Amino acid sequence: MSCQLWRDWIDAFLDDGCTPEESAGIEDHLNTCTACAAEALARLRLKNATRIATAARFVPAPDLQLRVEQLIQKPNSLNSAIPFVSFPRFRFPVLTRQWKQGLAAASAVLVLAVIVLSVMWSRSAGRQQALSQLLDMHVATLASSNPVDVASTDQHTVKPWFEGKLPYTFNLPDLEGTPFKLMGGKLMYYRNRPGAQLLFDLRKHQISVFILQDQPGLTPKSLGVATERQRGFNEETWSQAGLRYIVIGDTSGADVRTLGDLLRAAGRQ
Amino acid sequence: MNPVYTVDVVANSPGDSGSFAELAMPHFASLYNLAFWLTQDRSTAEDLVQETYVKALKGFPSYHQGTNFRAWMYRILRNTFLTTQAGLKAAVSLESDDVHVVEPATDETPEVVLLTRAEQETIRKALEALPMHFREIILLTDLEEMNYKEVGLALNIPVGTVMSRLFRARKAMRTLLAAASQGAKA
Repeated sequence: MSCQLWRDWIDAFLDDGCTPEESAGIEDHLNTCTACAAEALARLRLKNATRIATAARFVPAPDLQLRVEQLIQKPNSLNSAIPFVSFPRFRFPVLTRQWKQGLAAASAVLVLAVIVLSVMWSRSAGRQQALSQLLDMHVATLASSNPVDVASTDQHTVKPWFEGKLPYTFNLPDLEGTPFKLMGGKLMYYRNRPGAQLLFDLRKHQISVFILQDQPGLTPKSLGVATERQRGFNEETWSQAGLRYIVIGDTSGADVRTLGDLLRAAGRQ
Repeated sequence: MNPVYTVDVVANSPGDSGSFAELAMPHFASLYNLAFWLTQDRSTAEDLVQETYVKALKGFPSYHQGTNFRAWMYRILRNTFLTTQAGLKAAVSLESDDVHVVEPATDETPEVVLLTRAEQETIRKALEALPMHFREIILLTDLEEMNYKEVGLALNIPVGTVMSRLFRARKAMRTLLAAASQGAKA
């Protein structure tokens, strides 16, 4: 079969739209034809870039979601042709002393609630910004022609490479028997501190694992595992032995969790 | 300006609406994003999403549990859009899949040129420039990561048509990206 015919199948291959036999045939061809392999890589990059460029591009206004939720959760109340958006008139009662005291107490509670929510929002926004920056680093790595400084599938090559470059060390899991493959790592900087970025492969998807010295504002104080989804990427972060781990990939949340479990197990050794 | 909707859902029990909300609301942001990509207008997208949820709620008793809910919702959204003025215009391009596509006249593939995040805007512009039926099939496959069967269900077309339309859509996309990269160099 000519290269042109194989190329007609590359999209289906990348979209998981081929049968196992067809996929095996295409893989065999890609292993022997560098031109088609380059074409497949270029199409995969465009596919990934399209997802990144379009994910969460347009965000609905919060009130729109609220209106729709009200609409579908209280259908019976809307049966009698009550307008979807309505502004019923409200007449304030005459303020008695009890009313005034009640309102003052309610105002105090409201002010306190606003302060607490503002602080929580500020922390959340800071954390979101931090994760967004790391997500940008992951995306930039995928687009780079030199995604790693040390390219090796051997953990005993990658880990020692960081010695002397970082003021801490970490353990990497043994990935034998798992679908994950270590691709390598590189030194990165976050908030003027050096950190490690490791790149893993899972069924042609690439996952970055950032290992940083834990610092305030990066993540919640809780030592538990926190998960996020933004711009189509799944993220998981946790703190372990003074280090902050952040796993980011376009694979499923379950895959990200599995890699996180392997890293946590290695960190306990 | 958002229209004022009224709903007649006598056929649905409160339990139905509760399970509908559980199934439907997780797709809200995604449906809105797709609606915006289709309509290219915030207000129209908001109207479209609201109407989609209203119609989906009314049609929920006929939804078969176990079938793909996301594709079912998108199908309602799309059919709703096609009945609007903007949708009718877009539907004209749906009549023909044979949009003339020219091969990129460059040795450097556009994918290689357009990879950085700074150039994502070029990708978005290329998508916006595509006919609706090309744009939506790329979004369903690459953004929503639907498989060909799900895309076929959402668009009400056979899997073979999904593959051929997607092939042409990506070819058209590459042509636009090639033109953009050549324009950037000029």
